[in-house]
Amino acid sequence: MTIRIKLDDKSEDRADSLAQGLLGTPADRPEGHLKVTGAATYAADDIPGGCAFGVLVRAPGQGALTATNADDIRAMQGVLAVIRDPRMVRNSAQGTANEAPVQGVDSAAYTGQPIALVVAESFEQARHAANALKITADGPPGPVDPQAVEPEGEPDGQGDLDAAMADAPHSIDAEYTTAGHSSAPMEPHAAVAAWDGENLTVRASLQMLKYNRNELADCLGIDPARVRLLSPYVGGGFGSKLGISAETVAAAIAAKELDRPVRVVQHRRQVFETITRRSETRQRIRLAASSDGRLTGLGHEALVSNLPDESFAEPVTQASAFAYAAANRLIGERVARLHRPAAGSVRAPGEAVGVTAFECAMDELAVQLGLDPIELRLRNIPEKDPQSGIPFSSHMLAETLQDGAKCFGWQGRNPAPRQQRDGEWWIGTGMAAAFRVNILSEAEARITLTAGGALVETDMTDIGTGTYAILTQIAGEALGLPADRVTVKLGDTEYPPGSGSGGSWGAASTGNATWLAALDLRQQLASMMECDERDLTLKDGQATCGNTTRALSDLLGGDTLTGHGHIDAGKAFEDVRQSTFGAHFAEVAVNDITGEIRVRRMLGSFAAGRILNQKTARSQCHGGMTWGIGMALTEGLVHDRRDGHIVNRDLAEYHVATNADVPPLEVHFVEERDPWAGPMQSKGLGELGICGAGAAILNALHHACGVRLRDMPATPDRVLGGLERL
Amino acid sequence: MQITLTINGADHTLDLDPRVTLLDALRDHLGLTGSRKGCDQGQCGACTVLVNGRRINSCLSLAVMHEGDAITTVEGLSDGALSPLQQAFIEHDGFQCGYCTPGQICSATAMLDELAAGWPSHVSPSLDGPCELTEAELAERMSGNLCRCSCYPGINAAIRDAKGHQA
Ligand code: FES
Ligand code: FES
Repeated sequence: MTIRIKLDDKSEDRADSLAQGLLGTPADRPEGHLKVTGAATYAADDIPGGCAFGVLVRAPGQGALTATNADDIRAMQGVLAVIRDPRMVRNSAQGTANEAPVQGVDSAAYTGQPIALVVAESFEQARHAANALKITADGPPGPVDPQAVEPEGEPDGQGDLDAAMADAPHSIDAEYTTAGHSSAPMEPHAAVAAWDGENLTVRASLQMLKYNRNELADCLGIDPARVRLLSPYVGGGFGSKLGISAETVAAAIAAKELDRPVRVVQHRRQVFETITRRSETRQRIRLAASSDGRLTGLGHEALVSNLPDESFAEPVTQASAFAYAAANRLIGERVARLHRPAAGSVRAPGEAVGVTAFECAMDELAVQLGLDPIELRLRNIPEKDPQSGIPFSSHMLAETLQDGAKCFGWQGRNPAPRQQRDGEWWIGTGMAAAFRVNILSEAEARITLTAGGALVETDMTDIGTGTYAILTQIAGEALGLPADRVTVKLGDTEYPPGSGSGGSWGAASTGNATWLAALDLRQQLASMMECDERDLTLKDGQATCGNTTRALSDLLGGDTLTGHGHIDAGKAFEDVRQSTFGAHFAEVAVNDITGEIRVRRMLGSFAAGRILNQKTARSQCHGGMTWGIGMALTEGLVHDRRDGHIVNRDLAEYHVATNADVPPLEVHFVEERDPWAGPMQSKGLGELGICGAGAAILNALHHACGVRLRDMPATPDRVLGGLERL
Repeated sequence: MQITLTINGADHTLDLDPRVTLLDALRDHLGLTGSRKGCDQGQCGACTVLVNGRRINSCLSLAVMHEGDAITTVEGLSDGALSPLQQAFIEHDGFQCGYCTPGQICSATAMLDELAAGWPSHVSPSLDGPCELTEAELAERMSGNLCRCSCYPGINAAIRDAKGHQA
């Protein structure tokens, strides 16, 4: 039997009454041993016998392409094939696309597009031959400047924002820009493809197997049932592995053509180009406020970009729809169609950059009003979703603001800028609110219970998010088993389809499916114990009902029980607005001579329903906050002005935060239960930490030295320019 | 070319294309895949291994240059039981995806030795030691190992903890 639930309403909390005491604890990751010894196997690690090695070739320009020396390349030592197949993909598929992305190798839509695969007996031979393959591109580059084309799309309005702005005693009308970002997971995209007759198995680095399987099958023109994907360990995703990408499709094509396994690993520089990036944004933010700091108008318009035929547009204003009350509103994105590498989801698409810019504008308004920035936010918390009028499932902004302020020591802060100096350094503090929509996605899980313990199986992935840990805890809690008697197997399309990792929905979606699978087992055990499931206590391998206690091993004997869980989002995600909330605080030092910004400490207070594992949840928040540092200070894709290619396409030129960039980070959880979020009452957390984090830093920059920067990243040259203009 | 590499105390004779990096020799020719490839150009530290006790980016070195060297990879750090650093990484959640982790652990292993030997870093107050494991020293000395999951708080706590055990 399967317990299947469509979430149309609130769910009753069952977890608090369970007995094992595992859920929510800061349990170590069960796969930790494999990770610290190097034994965890990522996509490129398992090389089957007879494997050949492929290297992708990039388009040197745009327009129609010709390979001028392919025959010479084929004759090179060790070379097995030069493949230019129309089924190869232009760029990685968008998240949950479930179908092939744009395909083809005859012309390039952007410079850097993968347009050939050279396969050889060894990686070194393939790399050498790929470098020697001469490709010419005959077209002039398409438009690459977001401001030089007429964009698509119109913002949505309510009321009359222009009038509200004209009437307001206080207002802000400012333009903010954020640079494009690369997900840059430490594991480059990789695939090892092998055919057995008409059946294909690929070890790949992917976040969402059930979609990826269909995407790959669609690319190849085969039945998805013939495709098996394996991603038991994924070396980071952050959106970059949501959709099938060039190496996986090319490896599958080459393996078929050569009738032997083929491994293709993207070079780091290729990852920057062929995998979707976060769009740069240009955001006009308008705020109209009464003299007591109540918003009467709110405008958030964003210009983003993408390639032609890509459905994705960075949803910059997603949280602005519900973050603050204001009667007059104008919110939405416009997309410029450009011939730069494709844009797609990167950690917290939308809010990462949208909330960050918006929270900078709120700080500007607070300064103008002479109002504490926390107080400004508290005064504008909406009663209901201001756009649709639906209630919030829970609203924890005030709690996180207050909790964060207390822990950070905000009270008594002198709001005037340029007041504190430490040698060459100006010191200041800033804060910002955090918002991220909460989403649940259809998921299934299966648990097999024997006398020895429980085995949880789903094609869900663990991309570092802690899936192994939390599914262990949920199953152990529900079935009364210590963690070491629960095994979790992930990342194999042979298992029931989970939600995949993305949109912060993995833990709640697949976690709830796992709970339902365990509930199915609890019901079976209860009937064996001849009692009601609710009267059944399971703890440490013992089942108790009333006065009867039996060891699970005794109850089951040699039998195997199977439980299935299946969850899907219903009206609970339409009738109420679901979001997570938080508050960021930062202290920075700004060098008066060099313009360098050092973050001295950061604190985040977050609410995301039930916290399933204190340790892995904290790490997720550390990650998000650190990305906020990167976005605010160092990260930015630079595009060549002539052909749009990414100039800084490696980890020396694109600056992700290093150890020395990250100060002590403090994370607090304001625990809550959100009954609308499903039986586990927990919400997504992987992305909340980045939403607004950069704003706390830029607001602290202003407080420290009086420079208001509206362009991110706030590199030293920009800060110095600001200091000079003061 | 025929060469013999001494890895984790064992000799391995290999016939290698001279273009094969030490990293690829370990991963693709010896099945020691614990050393990871994050960039293949010396920018991330995922491939860090110890050569004669010193940490290097194995992607930037050719295998044929290492005949006679004592090479230690992550697989050689635990001898049945986890090393104190490995144990501490688990306890402090010094990783998420785990991809950079072997590099972090190899790097930290050598870093603690460098510190004990009094080698200065860019942030050391003086060039002739002794060096303390201050926050700044730790962050500076570990900044060659990127962690995109951004586990630096856990990594640093783990290193401190392991150092405490050592002392
Ligand atoms: S793989 Fe060697 S430094 Fe990145
Ligand atoms: S743990 Fe994922 S990159 Fe460090």
